[in-house]
Amino acid sequence: MAEELNAHDRASRRLQLTEDGQLRHFITLDGLDRAMLTDILDTADSFIEVGERSIKKVPLLRGSTVVNLFFESSTRTRSTFELAAKRLSADVLNLDINTSATSKGESLSDTLLNLEAMASDMFVVRHSQSGAPHFIAESVTPGVAIINAGDGRHAHPTQAMLDMLTIRQNKQRFEGLKVAIVGDILHSRVARSQIRALHTLGAAEVRLIAPGTLLPADVDSLGCTVEYDMKKGMADLDVVIMLRLQKERMEGALLPSEREFYRLYGLDTEKLALAKPDCIVMHPGPINRGVEIESAVADGPQSVILNQVTNGIAVRMAVMSMAMSGQVEERAARARRQEVGQ
Amino acid sequence: MSASLRIENARMIGEDAPVHLLVQGGIIQRISPEPITDPVERVIDATGLTLLPGFVDLCCNLREPGNGQKGNIASETRAAARGGFTTVCASPDTSPVNDSGAVTNLICDVAHADAAIRVLPVGAATRGLAGELLSDMVGLSRAGCVAFSNGTRAMANARILRRCMAYARTFDLTLMLQPINRALAADGYAHDGKVAARLGLLGVPEVAETTAVMEMLLLAEETRVRLHLGQLSCARSVEMVAYARRHGVAVTADVAMHQLMFTEEALSGFESRYHVVPPLRTEADRKALIRGVEEGVIDAIVSQHQPHDSAAKQAPLGETEPGLSTVESVFSMGLSLVAAGELSMESLLKALTEGPAGVIGVDSRLQQGAAASFSLWDLQGQWQASPETLLSRGGHVPVPDQPLTGVPHWTIAEGRIAYRLE
Repeated sequence: MAEELNAHDRASRRLQLTEDGQLRHFITLDGLDRAMLTDILDTADSFIEVGERSIKKVPLLRGSTVVNLFFESSTRTRSTFELAAKRLSADVLNLDINTSATSKGESLSDTLLNLEAMASDMFVVRHSQSGAPHFIAESVTPGVAIINAGDGRHAHPTQAMLDMLTIRQNKQRFEGLKVAIVGDILHSRVARSQIRALHTLGAAEVRLIAPGTLLPADVDSLGCTVEYDMKKGMADLDVVIMLRLQKERMEGALLPSEREFYRLYGLDTEKLALAKPDCIVMHPGPINRGVEIESAVADGPQSVILNQVTNGIAVRMAVMSMAMSGQVEERAARARRQEVGQ
Repeated sequence: MSASLRIENARMIGEDAPVHLLVQGGIIQRISPEPITDPVERVIDATGLTLLPGFVDLCCNLREPGNGQKGNIASETRAAARGGFTTVCASPDTSPVNDSGAVTNLICDVAHADAAIRVLPVGAATRGLAGELLSDMVGLSRAGCVAFSNGTRAMANARILRRCMAYARTFDLTLMLQPINRALAADGYAHDGKVAARLGLLGVPEVAETTAVMEMLLLAEETRVRLHLGQLSCARSVEMVAYARRHGVAVTADVAMHQLMFTEEALSGFESRYHVVPPLRTEADRKALIRGVEEGVIDAIVSQHQPHDSAAKQAPLGETEPGLSTVESVFSMGLSLVAAGELSMESLLKALTEGPAGVIGVDSRLQQGAAASFSLWDLQGQWQASPETLLSRGGHVPVPDQPLTGVPHWTIAEGRIAYRLE
């Protein structure tokens, strides 16, 4: 099994990195090693300072065109990507594909060809299908960087990295940390990316706390511990990450009611007291107060939820600038090869 | 009209001395260890080639009528002939669905004019394959349908399934059903296992198949219908079929060759090529399916050939269409299993000839007086499957990145040359 995972990781690495090992797409954390993730966190750290200036701009992406390709709407994520691109001095085009091309029957491939013809440099992609950014990265001409802003249930790597940045700011390290992810793991691209990031960065334990209906089949293959009882699961935690619960889950008979879910898996003051005293509380947002988290906890001293939002812009600036510089170097290498060829 | 032919110096599996064949009027008039000297219109020198009975495919999508951009009877039967098949059962999920005698007649007419090999239509068990109303099975049977299937779609509920079986039993018709529980399969497109967990794919759990197998076996026992389970994918399904047979249920089964070759890992990297229905499952399932063929619990290996235009697979995995262009590669894939010591040559050949032939009651034997349907292979020869090399209009080959072993030089179907290597 280890070998199969390696084959998958090697493929993910090949897709995302240049020959020199630089980022050129940012689609999944699979295949990216600890050094690369640390590099992203360090770069993000350096951009946090930019956000604190009165003139919040650096010229790294000046002259580049970034297209926000959102096949699934999300005001919050799109805004942070837009802000990140603008702080890097890029030109930004927001396309809400839901309401334009695909509803007229145009295929994704055809939409992409049209966008490429507009000479874009980077696509920030959100799509309801797992693997859509993979497909796009494999379909577009070389030179366009693909940044995954969330695909189906697969991955949301910038969210996971901003979570990692938040953890590092608070805990200074990953080694030895016990981290729980609570709630709807089955449908969560955030959880899948967080699990991968925490494993790569060396966390001691990743614990999934959820009822059986909200866990994927073969959950053991994810390399986490699984706990159905949240009260037991809170023991010794350094970090607890709550996931958003979608209301549709009640309709699909995955859960009986919000009230029962909150009683069993909602993070309240009483349950939080079972974790380490300095355990931090995280949530990718937007939060459902009284469904997965108590207001007193969300607004309490252990909550770092608003830090996550601030970090989100810095992390997105980091991966966008890194991927663009990888693309630029690759372009130069291609040009050199062509010259040699002639 | 079929020509008279002499095949000289062909080798048969397990025999040292070469044989010679005389074909006249579509019939094998003679098989002889001695050279034949009768005058004929064409002599085929088969030195170095192995003579195999024509293969029979119980599940092949020819895409006609209605899906010309994916394939048609002419293109896909030529592809099948190149794969060594001389009889294919045409699946009913065409457009329109083969649920009326008129569509069956159309298929038979086009096949008569254009097909390279024998085409036996399979009728839709329910109208429009919707799983709700019975089709005119007797009328379809009279028009030429050899069995009835519901494609890759499930019946609406067990009551319809039970009535469908009882009706088919009344008229001694064969049902070929793919076991699938519609509610459990839901919108899934991948095995609900570790790859789906890792990549966030919508899963089809094993129980989506096994609960349907159990239900179908119990209803088949009660109604005494002749039931054929198509395209099994789970180890447990094989166990249940074996159990039912031991208890006297008239059930046969098949498996698609790609299920014997690949597992859920093939979807790593969101590889839409390997989006198939039922989904590729685990290594344990793959091994159990091979064992099922070896032990005869699974009677037939099918191609489940589903040619597609390129756009059908160019989308995010969950939005792609399922299926592969397999019919030209089935025997080569089988030979790779034989070479790997996973499957015996005897079982492979049986599952491509007498096994499926028995299910639909046709003869596949290679003997004097039988129909001249056979192929001549270079069993050591290599070829590369690719959209450019396939005769199928679809280009999604099951093994894209390495050469396959086993090259057919000639396929003769009922005395006519259906394929020859150029």
